[in-house]
Amino acid sequence: MSTVEQVTDVATDYDIFDPGYVVEPYPVWAALRQRCPVAHTDRWGGSWLPTRYDDVVAFARDVEHFSSESVTVTPAIEGVPGIPADIKAPPITSDPPEHHWARRLILPVFAPQAVARYEPYTRELCASLAAEIAARGAGDGAAQYAQYIPVRVISKMLGVDESMADDFTGWIRGALEFGLTDPKAQEAAFLSIFNFLTAEIATRQAAIAAGTAGDDIISYLLQQTVDGEPVLVDHVLGTCVLILVAGIDTTWSSIGSAIWHLATHPEDRRRLVADPSLVPVAVEELLRAYSPVTMARLATSDVEFAGCPISKGDRILMSFPAANRDPEQFEDPDTVIIDREVNRHVAFGVGIHRCAGSNLARMELRIAVEEWLKAIPECALAEDDETTWAGGQVRGPRHLPIVITGGAAK
Amino acid sequence: MKVQVIAEQCQGHNRCALSAPELFEIDDLGYASAKGDGVVPPGLEAKARLAAANCPEQAVVVEE
Ligand code: HEM
Ligand code: SF4
Repeated sequence: MSTVEQVTDVATDYDIFDPGYVVEPYPVWAALRQRCPVAHTDRWGGSWLPTRYDDVVAFARDVEHFSSESVTVTPAIEGVPGIPADIKAPPITSDPPEHHWARRLILPVFAPQAVARYEPYTRELCASLAAEIAARGAGDGAAQYAQYIPVRVISKMLGVDESMADDFTGWIRGALEFGLTDPKAQEAAFLSIFNFLTAEIATRQAAIAAGTAGDDIISYLLQQTVDGEPVLVDHVLGTCVLILVAGIDTTWSSIGSAIWHLATHPEDRRRLVADPSLVPVAVEELLRAYSPVTMARLATSDVEFAGCPISKGDRILMSFPAANRDPEQFEDPDTVIIDREVNRHVAFGVGIHRCAGSNLARMELRIAVEEWLKAIPECALAEDDETTWAGGQVRGPRHLPIVITGGAAK
Repeated sequence: MKVQVIAEQCQGHNRCALSAPELFEIDDLGYASAKGDGVVPPGLEAKARLAAANCPEQAVVVEE
């Protein structure tokens, strides 16, 4: 289980944390689609990796044979001291029939009309961050822009003080980015999130009892009923943990990749500057080409899939990023065609677990791109400094040094 | 031409309404349906086909 051991055959021994793969996974997926469209590895607890669009979609849709009981790309830690074992992260860890009502509970707060409420705040935030970078003439598009945005929008939706944003950022990275290869870091992160949200819930319960409930997501969830019964507090807690963990580094990774693309593709950037009405279509193409999120399933029984003998309990990594680069589904998939209209990408998954936050993520990404381009129409990667990428569950740049270049630059 | 959303298949990706806002509406849970009787006004045929092509659940049906 070591990342230093050289991978000799990606079909039987791929390593999702291999530094080369994290930076440039595309040639590996292309080779696998040809040779072994559902690859296998023993690394990191063992898993299967489908890379064709149709196969990834088929796994996602087959909720009977492939359970969401564990959705992380490496086996989750077996319980954290201090957190009750029955706290899960519904609806992402739910299977039917629980999934249906657990998802129904959160859909209203993430519908397009509901997230539009947060658009002015998001725009102001992005504009002021971009203006700071513009004024300095240089900055980090990941750490000083992308990483600042979703965490503050979510804080606002949860009704949590904005000063918590930096703590959240640290916890989220501990939970997923570092945590999947470092159980101690993951334990500490989850315990911090759990303790924080437990205290927040207690405060909201008191406000609800006093008749002074706010209109934040936590208060909303605490006041919902399912089949006439109030929703259990542990359920609300699990869902809030999920909203924090699923809504932050996913979206900042996606914004970061978009900024990386703009900095490295002057023609696309200038086209969007000249015609901002193209941004919504461009956002879908950037989501396709730089999909951040891979999700896992566990097989509920021995089952054969595309000739592969999958055993009960095996982990399957649904690589939505690989699906979105399949030439069978997308013409010229490795080229970003900034005005690609026909684009049935699955960056937000597919089937019953379709990302509940997709309308929010899409709104944030669109505004982050619009405001960046307004303040910083001309930019490039800093020459003597390197972009770094994180991968595994969520792929995106973590360090993205950018310099602002003259408007007349060719 | 007519468009229709197969309700059981729709998972609320919202790609139809983004591709053809004139033809689809989204309810309070995020699920889509065709506006009015689903009849596509002249000139919007290409948008109707685009909505169908972009729905990840293939829940948008276009009757030519
Ligand atoms: C670009 C940003 C994002 C991407 C690419 C993304 C991707 C995904 C994917 C692929 C899934 C499917 C999981 C599965 O099949 O197991 C998912 C589920 C989910 N996401 Fe996102 N996500 C993003 C942003 C967000 C945001 C901003 C939120 C909310 C604040 C959010 C909340 C959720 C929730 C609650 C689920 C579970 C839905 C269910 O199981 O029914 N996500 N996301
Ligand atoms: S694109 Fe498809 S799944 Fe999404 S809302 Fe429209 S009909 Fe529903």
